Amino acid sequence: MPLSTSSNFVRPDDAFRAVVEAHRGLTEEQSADLDSALVLILANHIGDIDVLREAIGLARRRMIDGQQQQQQQQ
Amino acid sequence: MAQATTLQVKTHQAKTQFGYRRHPDQDRAGQSPAEHPVVVVGAGPVGLSLAIDLAQRGQRVVLLDDADRIGEGSRAICFSKRSLEYWDRLGVGDRMVAKGVVWSVGRIFHGDSQLYQFNLLPEDGHKRPAFINLQQYYAEAYLVDRIQDLPEVDLRWRNKVTALEQRNDGVALTIETPEGAYRLHAQYVIACDGARSSLRQMVGAEFAGQVFEDQFLIADVKMTAEFPTERWFWFDPPFHAGRSALLHRQPDDVWRIDLQLNRYADPVLEKKPENVRPRIARMLGHDKFEFEWISLYKFQCRRMDRFIHGRVIFAGDSAHQVSPFGARGANSGLEDAENLSWKLDRVLRGISPASLLESYHAERSMAADENIRESTRSTDFMAPNSHQEARLRKAVLSLAKETEFGKRMVNGGRLSVPCSYDSPLSSPDADAWCGGPSPGCSMLDAPIAEQAYLTDAFRDGGTDFTLLSFSNGAAIDPPAGVKQVRIGGGSGLADPSGLVAKRYDAEPGTAYLLRPDGYVAARFRHPTREAIAAALSRAQGLN
Repeated sequence: MPLSTSSNFVRPDDAFRAVVEAHRGLTEEQSADLDSALVLILANHIGDIDVLREAIGLARRRMIDGQQQQQQQQ
Repeated sequence: MAQATTLQVKTHQAKTQFGYRRHPDQDRAGQSPAEHPVVVVGAGPVGLSLAIDLAQRGQRVVLLDDADRIGEGSRAICFSKRSLEYWDRLGVGDRMVAKGVVWSVGRIFHGDSQLYQFNLLPEDGHKRPAFINLQQYYAEAYLVDRIQDLPEVDLRWRNKVTALEQRNDGVALTIETPEGAYRLHAQYVIACDGARSSLRQMVGAEFAGQVFEDQFLIADVKMTAEFPTERWFWFDPPFHAGRSALLHRQPDDVWRIDLQLNRYADPVLEKKPENVRPRIARMLGHDKFEFEWISLYKFQCRRMDRFIHGRVIFAGDSAHQVSPFGARGANSGLEDAENLSWKLDRVLRGISPASLLESYHAERSMAADENIRESTRSTDFMAPNSHQEARLRKAVLSLAKETEFGKRMVNGGRLSVPCSYDSPLSSPDADAWCGGPSPGCSMLDAPIAEQAYLTDAFRDGGTDFTLLSFSNGAAIDPPAGVKQVRIGGGSGLADPSGLVAKRYDAEPGTAYLLRPDGYVAARFRHPTREAIAAALSRAQGLN
C-alpha cells in the first residue's frame, strides 16, 4: 500500500489542532522530545517500512524544496 | 572481537607456549622452494579451524603463525550455536561446551530498572545452546590440541610472512624465522591474520569503513559473584551515568565488563588499573576482584572490497571487522572458514573449477555487509551521533517501559545468527513451501533420538553433500558422492518429537540437498534423480 496523501480525517483541523496543543507550553527541547516519541509511535502503528520510507522522503523533499526556494529569493 | 586501538595494559600470562622448530623446507638453499597446496597464515580461531577442516577433507595444510603462544586476554568470548555446530564437525565441540558457560538469556536495563529480557533460543530440541562464553585462549588451545591428531596440518610457530608474490599458478611467500628467512610456494594462501593483517597490506588492498569515536573500556575481572549466567546490558546505569555497560560471565569466575567512555577520554589515563578499579567497584558494589585483562578500544566497522586477491583469500578479521556488540567477529570468521574449506577442497581436487571460490566472496561479503550493518546500528544506538539521534534513543528507551514495540527497538546488540545467502549456488524453490529453511539458509537442528540430533547425523556421514529425505516408502537413489540422511520409514532415523518434519515443513517424499557447510542448496517435494543432480552440479559451481 503506498503512502496515502489524500485527506484521511473527516475533520482535519481537529488533527492539526491536537498536535499543536500537545506542544503548547513546551520548550523547544521538550517539543523535540515529544515529536521524536510521536514519530516512533506513529511509525510503529503504520508498521510498513515502505510507507515509512515514502513518508520520510516526502518530508525531506519538502525541506529541500524549501531551502532551494529560500536561496532563489535571496 | 574487533580490534581498533588496543592499548593493553596488563597481559594475562600466556596459557600455552609453543616452540619454534626448524622445518626441512628451510634447508633448500640452492633448490627451488617447497611446494604446498595450501598455506594458512594466522593460527587464531579462524585459521586453526580452517586448517582442521581442510585436513579432515584430506588436504595437507601448512599453518604459519608469527607468535609462539596463545594468550593475551580473553578477546572474543561469545561463540554462537552455529560456531559450536561447526566445531562439532571439527571434533572439538564437546570440549568447548564442557568448558564454556552456556547462556541464552539477556537482560536490558535502563537506569536501575529492567526494560526487558530476551531468550535467544526459546525452543527445545537443539543439540547446542544459543551461545557459550569461553575465553578465546581456551578455544585456541583446544583447536591446537585437535591439530595434534591431524598429521596433515603442519603448524609452524614463529614463522612470519614478510613478502608475497602472486604467480599464475600460486603464490611465492618469504617467511622470516628465528633462524632466518626461507621461501615457500603455495597454490593458495589463506590470510587469517587478523584485523591488522599484514597480508592485506602486501596485496595492497584497502580496508575502509566507519570508525566510532566513542571509546570502550573492556576489562576481564576475576571474582566470585552470584550474578546469573545471562548477558546484562545497561543504558545509563546509576554506576556509570549517561553511558552504557555490559556484564557477562566467562569460565573460571572471570567476568567480562564493557564500559562506554566518551570520545575525549584520555586512553593513557583511562587504562591505568588505579583508574579502572573505582569504575568497576561502583558497578559491582565492591572491590573484591582482580584484573585479568584491560583494554581500551575504538570500534571500527569495515571490510575489504574483495575477499579474493589472485591466489590469496582473506577470512575472518583480516577481511572484515565489526564492533563487538553482537558477537559477530569470531563467529563470522568461523563461518568464513566453514564456507571456504569445502570449496577450496573441491577446487584443489579438480572436482570444481576455481570459479567456485568466487561464491565464497559473494556469500561471505554479503554476510559481512549484514554483520557490519547490524553492529553499526547497535553501536550508533549506544553512542548517538547527534542531539536528535540521542533524542530518538531517549524516546525509544522511555517508550520501552510501557510498549512492546519500544522494547523491540532498544538495541543493546543483535546477536549473531547465520546469514542467509542469495547465492548463485542455490537452486530456487520450484514447489510450494510454508516453512523450513529455504535455499541459501543454514540447516536447522532437531532431535532424532534421546540425546541425538540431526546435526550429529549430518556430521557422522562425513561432511559432504547430504540428501536429507523424509520417507514416503519410495527409495531415492541420489547421485554419486551424495550421502543420505533418511527420516522415517523402516530404515530411516526416528523423529520422536515430530520436530524434524516440523522444522523442515516436510511431507512424505520431501528432500533437502545440504551443502557440506550445512547450508540448503535445494529442496524438493518430489525429488527426482535429475533434479537433485542438477542442483548438485549448480552447488558445486559446475554450471
